[in-house]
Amino acid sequence: MEAIDIFSYFLLLLLLLSGVKVVTTSNVIHAAIFLVFTLATTAVLFILLSAEFVALVLILVYIGAVIVLFLFGVMITRAPLGPNAELDNDQNKLMAAVISLSIFGIFTYILLQTFDSTVVISEGTSTKLLGEILLSRFVFPFELVSFVLLGALIGGITLARKDNALMDEDQI
Amino acid sequence: MSFSTELLIKVLVVLATAPVMALGLTLLEVKGSAWMQRRPGPLHVGLRGFIFPLATAAKYLQKETIIPNDVDEPVFKWAPAWVIAAVVGLFTIIPLSPTLIVRDLELGVFFLLAISSISTIGVLTAGWSSANKFSLMGGLRAAGQLIAYELPLILSVVGVVIQAETMSTVGIVEKQIEFGFPFVIAGQGIAFIIFMIAATAEMMRTPFDMPIGESELTMGFFTEYSGIRFLIFYISEYINLFVMCAIASTLFLGGYHVPLLPTEWVNFYGPLVLIGKTFLLAFILIAIRWSFPRFREDQLQTLAWKILIPLSLLNIMATAIMKVVF
Repeated sequence: MEAIDIFSYFLLLLLLLSGVKVVTTSNVIHAAIFLVFTLATTAVLFILLSAEFVALVLILVYIGAVIVLFLFGVMITRAPLGPNAELDNDQNKLMAAVISLSIFGIFTYILLQTFDSTVVISEGTSTKLLGEILLSRFVFPFELVSFVLLGALIGGITLARKDNALMDEDQI
Repeated sequence: MSFSTELLIKVLVVLATAPVMALGLTLLEVKGSAWMQRRPGPLHVGLRGFIFPLATAAKYLQKETIIPNDVDEPVFKWAPAWVIAAVVGLFTIIPLSPTLIVRDLELGVFFLLAISSISTIGVLTAGWSSANKFSLMGGLRAAGQLIAYELPLILSVVGVVIQAETMSTVGIVEKQIEFGFPFVIAGQGIAFIIFMIAATAEMMRTPFDMPIGESELTMGFFTEYSGIRFLIFYISEYINLFVMCAIASTLFLGGYHVPLLPTEWVNFYGPLVLIGKTFLLAFILIAIRWSFPRFREDQLQTLAWKILIPLSLLNIMATAIMKVVF
């Protein structure tokens, strides 16, 4: 076993442990911090697979934006120090186990069916190539995704914004 | 040399350089503020004030670490680590010459944006775990500010990337040498100004120091910190100042290159040139800090969302059009 294998197994173990801690901890902020560890380990795994761009996107978008907004949202509304009893849920433990095991089973089956034991060796993703493919072959899905984001943006504003005309009347 | 020895040497060099640069910038700030505001202390006390930064560091190192009762201890203790790790990590892509660089990443500029966003987590968790309303307010203000100013920071760099056709920092400098002019003259002047404003806001320096706001929030998100942990926050502010100014001089001011000097000696004068440009930019930011009052929270958000972001989007459009036309 080479050094890189040992390192990968160590990372996978870390990923598994922090993933479990995200679910089991009874403090929202701790859960978010463990989620950062999970995402960071995933980013390192992507770097080991020489997919640097994906790794950096994971850090920039998920750690830098999603987790930060998550922490911001939790802190601005309610985040008591210490454990939060509401977060422990004793109901439906059996169902949860069944569902998570079946998802694990489905993913494993699909991955084994698709790749079997063939090793795919890539030359590493060139960012230039990725950009060209995104704006030529995949231009339609790319634009579609941006429309989904635009829809989410407009929806968010509509839900959050009070009607100005009505508000003025109330205030007067 | 094997990979691990090389890595070890690089890490040690970076870990030695970062505090030295922070010390230099602290001295520059103390002397600059004293010069601008006629403070006798840093100009005359202790070897004409040159001992000041070392005295500050020594003071914080010998202070007792106080941890308040109600804090969330692991989160509280590790919050400064996020900040300093993110800041020191950025040394990876600062080119002192074409070869004197930790690693010339293909995605250099993108790496900068990704890694610098991590420090927000440190600031937020520091504010929350302190169990203090002022700290929490400071942390929330900081997060709102960092989220808002990260966008103009990213968008202003995109113009440079389009013009240089590369994201590697060495590649961007080489492009400017090839072009004959630094990008600040050759089309990215607006982007440079936006970058500097956004970088100042990211560093939470005056006039963007609402999150710290001594007069209303004591010390913002690091009110409860003392001793070595306070020192880490303090020093990472100056390391961040160095890194941001070094990146700005690399992207916009031609980095390690100066005209008329022979390019084969770049390994000797390159580091000095880059550090010189960095300290010049840092001095401008220091001068701004000691002459301007603080922004109000709504003015700060308006500046980011209504002025800087549309302006940087326009800059990207203009650069892209120029790129296609010429």
